[in-house]
Parts: sequence; structure tokens; C-alpha cells
Amino acid sequence: MLVWLAGRLVSLVATLLAASAVVFLVIEVVPGDPAAYMLGMNASEQTVAALRTELGLDRSGIARYLDWIGGWLQGDFGTSYTYRTPIVDMVAERITVSLPLALLALSLAVALAFPAALFAASRRGGGADAGVMGLTQLGIAVPNFWFAMLLVLLFSIKLRWLPSGGFPGWEAGIGAALTALLLPAIALALPQASILTRVMRSSLIDALGEDYLRTARAKGLSSGAALWGHALRNAMIPVLTIIGLQFSFLLAGAIIIENVFYLPGLGRLVFQAISSRDLVVVESVVMLLVAAVVLVTFLVDVAYAWVDPRLRTR
Amino acid sequence: MRSILLVAFASGAPLALAAGTEVRIGMQLEPPNLDPTGGAAAAIDEVVYANVFEGLTRFGPDGSVLPGLASEWSAEQGGRYYVFALRDGVTFHDGAEFSAEDVVFSLDRARADDSTNAQKALFANIERIDIIDRTTVEIHLAEPSGDLPFNLAWGDAIMLDEASAADAATKPIGTGPFRFERWVQGDRVELVRFDDYWGEPAALAKVTFKFISEPTAAFSAMMAGDLDAFPVFPAPENLAQFEADPRFTVSVGSTEGETILAMNNAKPPLDDVRVRRAIAKAIDRQDIIDGAMFGYGTPIGTHFAPHNPAYVDLVEQSAHDPEGAKALLEEAGVTDLTLSLKLPPPAYARRGGEIIAAQLRQVGIRTEIENLEWAQWLEQVFKGRDFDLTIVSHTEPMDLNIYARPDYYFQYDDADFQALMASFATETDADERQRILAEAQHKLADDQVNAYLFQLAKTGVTVTGLQGLWENAPTQANDMTGVGWSE
Repeated sequence: MLVWLAGRLVSLVATLLAASAVVFLVIEVVPGDPAAYMLGMNASEQTVAALRTELGLDRSGIARYLDWIGGWLQGDFGTSYTYRTPIVDMVAERITVSLPLALLALSLAVALAFPAALFAASRRGGGADAGVMGLTQLGIAVPNFWFAMLLVLLFSIKLRWLPSGGFPGWEAGIGAALTALLLPAIALALPQASILTRVMRSSLIDALGEDYLRTARAKGLSSGAALWGHALRNAMIPVLTIIGLQFSFLLAGAIIIENVFYLPGLGRLVFQAISSRDLVVVESVVMLLVAAVVLVTFLVDVAYAWVDPRLRTR
Repeated sequence: MRSILLVAFASGAPLALAAGTEVRIGMQLEPPNLDPTGGAAAAIDEVVYANVFEGLTRFGPDGSVLPGLASEWSAEQGGRYYVFALRDGVTFHDGAEFSAEDVVFSLDRARADDSTNAQKALFANIERIDIIDRTTVEIHLAEPSGDLPFNLAWGDAIMLDEASAADAATKPIGTGPFRFERWVQGDRVELVRFDDYWGEPAALAKVTFKFISEPTAAFSAMMAGDLDAFPVFPAPENLAQFEADPRFTVSVGSTEGETILAMNNAKPPLDDVRVRRAIAKAIDRQDIIDGAMFGYGTPIGTHFAPHNPAYVDLVEQSAHDPEGAKALLEEAGVTDLTLSLKLPPPAYARRGGEIIAAQLRQVGIRTEIENLEWAQWLEQVFKGRDFDLTIVSHTEPMDLNIYARPDYYFQYDDADFQALMASFATETDADERQRILAEAQHKLADDQVNAYLFQLAKTGVTVTGLQGLWENAPTQANDMTGVGWSE
């Protein structure tokens, strides 16, 4: 088990290094001078050149890459060109919005999907099952930003129950902060819950068809107990994979939702940084997200091993 | 479910504002930092100009130059040097006293060799600044000029204290009626009233600028009551709905943004004035204003703002005349012309560009539209001059002198115009300045350097009852000093 773990850690580090090289190369190749963008149309050539020197843009690519990686190892992710603040501070601030949002959305999705999938699998082939499948089809088809705008129209403008967007900060109180994240989380959770329901339902149906389930029923277990005690655990592997993937998507892919609700999260940071050619921010945040995805995959692998004893001996 | 929401509300959701003393303003772009002397982003001035920072002079709501930290000034020796009398008893937000030394520090910092001030040209003419006493300075110029008080009103010329200048980007300390409280990056900037302000204290106790880039989110925020005003409202298609709603007031004003179809004067066949005139005649300005700007905007015939008293109306000179355009093209011997049209992100460019392409096709000119982001546009069009046509809005006030720069991106190189601008710079007599401006406008229209489309309108939405916000934008700022709630 330890050998397996060590092997996975080594591959994790190798993936990160390879990803950093790719990220750096791709972003360096993008045209557009950050200094010219920052100073606008009226600045003279000398001023732009002075700013380039100040930002360290006139050094070679290799020097900047090594500086960047070296900084990472010391916990220094560089300084943003536009904001002139350390990126680690900016990311720390934005993550207090993006991470809770992703976790809230994922919890809502799981809370919706599990009962729906169990319900549908236990009544498979019947009208209730068809009903759930139809709803999930709708949930996947509806674009989440359009659904978000509908939520705002109803809950913010018409009913005035919830704010139309923005984030007051955790210092305004947990209640206020969660209220601000509620509508975005619901908008994000809907398609995720739909996908999760379908995957889990088919995975459960597969498990329900296995021999050991028939044995359990023959031994006298009710269909509900059999579903809960045996089928569920064995149906978890594909579901864990999907949950892992969804978490990675929610962390950075929520950019459209962050724009609709004007939340100061990571997705919006990267988006703004790309327009203003704040290369360092883009590189560092992308690397951070790559690291998060790799880490989550690693944790999912560990979870597999915990859930499925067959995988532990490999 | 309802009870859970109510509990969530009760445990700290923002309550209704303390009536009459707080205001939440929406802005589309977030400033990259809060130092107006360190970068070109208009968003910086929109937050701090006149609120946190002040200069020796300031712009009034109609664009006139008013006293700021200098209570009065006089031009000596035909504008060779100026004497500024500074106000007494002015303190910075950290308690430091404002005096002549701060004037010297601020202006020297702006014009230093390694300064990254985006408008360094404003200070290029300053030779030296002499301190006469604590509240009097003399600014000596290399060449006599009538522009100094105007130049000093810009946000790039605001006064800083040497002790706090280094952190101005993140902790701005100025002399204005509002003190910087906090900046939640990505979300908002909060300003609170400065009680030791030298002038009349502001009516508002707190101003919050919220950054909402998505036009539909801006609409939702106003309708849901999460904002009190959006001075530059980004979704003009919704304005009719706000106009019909008595809870809101829509104001339509003008800006200093001359929106032009810029032409590369150095690239054949655009170096032929007949071709440029043909392109201008092919364009129907009102179609663009209606189609791209929802009817908001004023047609212009030259590179000057219609609300300016010195404006000369030359729209008819290049009025829509497709037959005339075709005749001019034939005269110039141009057939089968294909031009590249590079468009930056704003709606006036993207939507306006499509309309112009259709209008040019009517006279036999094909265009190849290329949509660019700002960074690419700056690189290709502005720096590289690799374009035929582009659409952009020049938002600086009195920016006629860009036409006197032969290496500016549209590359208009005319010695007569350059001489005209040079004479304007040194002229201090008001009537003569007006005459020179009129002559300059005629020349730019006659030479048809660019096709002058329209002046950008400033459409703002406010909650009815909030008064004092600028209707026009003579400079890109949200001056909150005169803003308050009516009873």
C-alpha cells in the first residue's frame, strides 16, 4: 500500500512539472504587451519601456521560468502586473469565495442526486423512473447561466429574498455570506446533480443485477436493505470519479456564474487577467488549478482503494 | 424553507441603508490599482478623482477648470510662468499637512525620467517649480503656454504626500472629502467621509463602488435594489424599462469620447484624401447611432466635442452621400478595394463596425472584419500600425493635439496642422485660442484624416431621489462631493 502511495506521489510531482512547462510556454506565446495595455494610448515609448523593466518583462524566457518555479518552492507565486500585489494574497482572498462556492454546489448536487438516483433505481422501468430521467435530461440541457438569470429574476428582483450578486465577505457574518452564495450554488448544482443522478442510477442498476445481490435477497434481505447495504457501496466507483471531476470543474469552471453574480472568485480573476495580459496571474492561477485537479484525482484514487478492497492489493 | 432563509437574513445580511447618508455606485470595470498617476485606466479616476485625491485645479461638471487645492493663479510673462496661491489648513487623510513641498514632490514625481505616469506629456513643459512660501508656488515653463491650469486638473496631476506616495496604489492617501476605507478586490471599494476636509464636508457618510462587468448583472443589481446608481450603465437596451419605472431616473449626457473610424493615412490608397472623403461620405452616422448605440450619441463632423463652446458643426461636410462617394472613388481611380477593419471589444466598435461594413459595401468597398482584444489592438493597430481601418473612441478632453503627432497610429503628418497646434499651446488669449480651435477643426474635417462618427453619450441610471451625480463626463470621474439624497 505504501509503495503504491509513493508511486502515485511521484507521478503527481512529474505531472505538475510537465504542466508548468506547458502553461508557461502557452502563455508566453500569446501576443500583447502587458505594459502597453496598462499605460494606454497616450503613453510614450520610454514610459512603456520603463514599465517593462520594472515588471521584469525584458528578461529572457528561461530566466523568468526558473524564477517562477523557484518562487513556487518558497511559497512566492509572483506579483501581479496590474494589481502590484503578491499573487498568493490575491488567490487566498479569491479562494475564500470559490472554494466554499464549489463545496456548497457539490453538496447540493450530491444531496439532490443520491436520493433521486436511489429512488429511480429502486423503481426502475416504472413511471417514477421515467419522470426522474426526464427531469435530469432537462437539467443537463438547460444552460446554467440562463438558469441563474431566471433565479435572479425570481428571487432577487421579484421577491427580494436574496441579493442579485456580489459577496459581502465572511466578516459580514456566515449568514450573509452563505446567502450571497446560495443562488450561484443552486445554478451550478442543477446540471451537476442531473449528471450525477444518471450516472449513479445506472451504476446502481448494474450493481442490482449482480449475483451477490440475488444471494442477499435470497437470504431474506428486503430490497431496500439490499440496495442500501450492498448495492450502494459497490456502485460508488464511477460516482466518485464523476464527483472528483465535478469538483475540479466547479473550482475554475464557475467563471460564467461568477460573472453573472459578480462574485470575486478565481474564475473571474483569471478571466480579467487574460484580458489585461497579466501573464503572471494567469500562469500561477492555472498552475494552482492544475495542482488542485491532480490532488483531487489522487484523493479519488485513495478513496477507490478505501471503497473497493480489490484495488488495495495492486 | 422560508424560515431558513429568514434566519439567514437575520444573522447578518446587509440591512436597509442608514437613510440618506450612504450610496452604492455600480461600475463596469474595476481599477487595477488606486493611484491615478501610475496608470492609464479610467476606472482609477472614476473611483478616486475629486473624492480621495485633489489637484491644484479640478474639472467642473461642465468641463470648466475650477480652483482645487490652489485657490487662485495667475499667468505671468505671457504664460512663461504661473503663480499659484495654495489653500491653508489642508491636511492629508493621515494628518500630514499639505504645503508647497507636496506640490514640488508630486509634480517632480510625475515628470521624472523613470516615472510611469501615463500622461507624462502634460508635464513635459515644466522646467522647474519654485517655493515662494508655504502656500505659494511658481511653476516655470520651458515654453509659454496657456494649457497649464487645464493640464493640472487631470487625475494624473493630483497631489500626494511624499510619506504616503509609495503605497498610493493600494492605500491611497489624499486631501479629498472622502477617505479610503477598504478595497475588497474583485468586489468593491469603500470610501468614508473625511471629517477634517478643508472645504465643505460631503453630504454622504459612505460611498461604495461595486464592480459589475456583466451588463445583465448590472440590470439585475439595479432592479433588485442592490445599487443606488450606475453612472455609465452598460446595457442601453434596458434603459427604456428604467425610464418607464418611477423608482428610477435615467440621465443622458455627453462625454469627451469622440468615436471615429480611424484610417491609416500612410497606407495607399488611404493616403489619397479623395478615398478618405469617399469613405466618410459612404457612412450614415444616424444608422450607426441607432443600430449600435440604441439611439444614444451625437453626430460629429470633426474631432471635437459638441458640448464644448468652441465646437464648429461640420457634420454636413461629410454627410451621407453614397453617389458622391462612388464618384470620388472613380476620380481617384480606385476599383475593387478591400480594406481590413480591426475592431476592439466595445459595442460601439463591434456593432458599429458591422454597420459600417455594410455601408461601405454599398459604394463598392469590401471590408475584412477582425475582432481583437484590447491588448491585441494596442499591439497590432496602435503600436504596429498594421491596419487599414479601425473604430475607437478617444476619451481625453481637448485631444486635438494627437493629430499633431506624425507617428500616432493613424499617421497624419501635416506641417500646417503641427504649426497650428504649436501656436495654440503658447497662446494665452481666450479669443485667439477659440479662433485657432475653429481653424483646427476645419482643417481636420477638410483633410478628412479620419471619418468622425459620433460623440459617446453617457447614459446613467439612478434611484429617484439621489442628486448631484454628473450628467456629462468632461473627464472620466464620479465626483461624489455634491451628491446626496433629496428628502
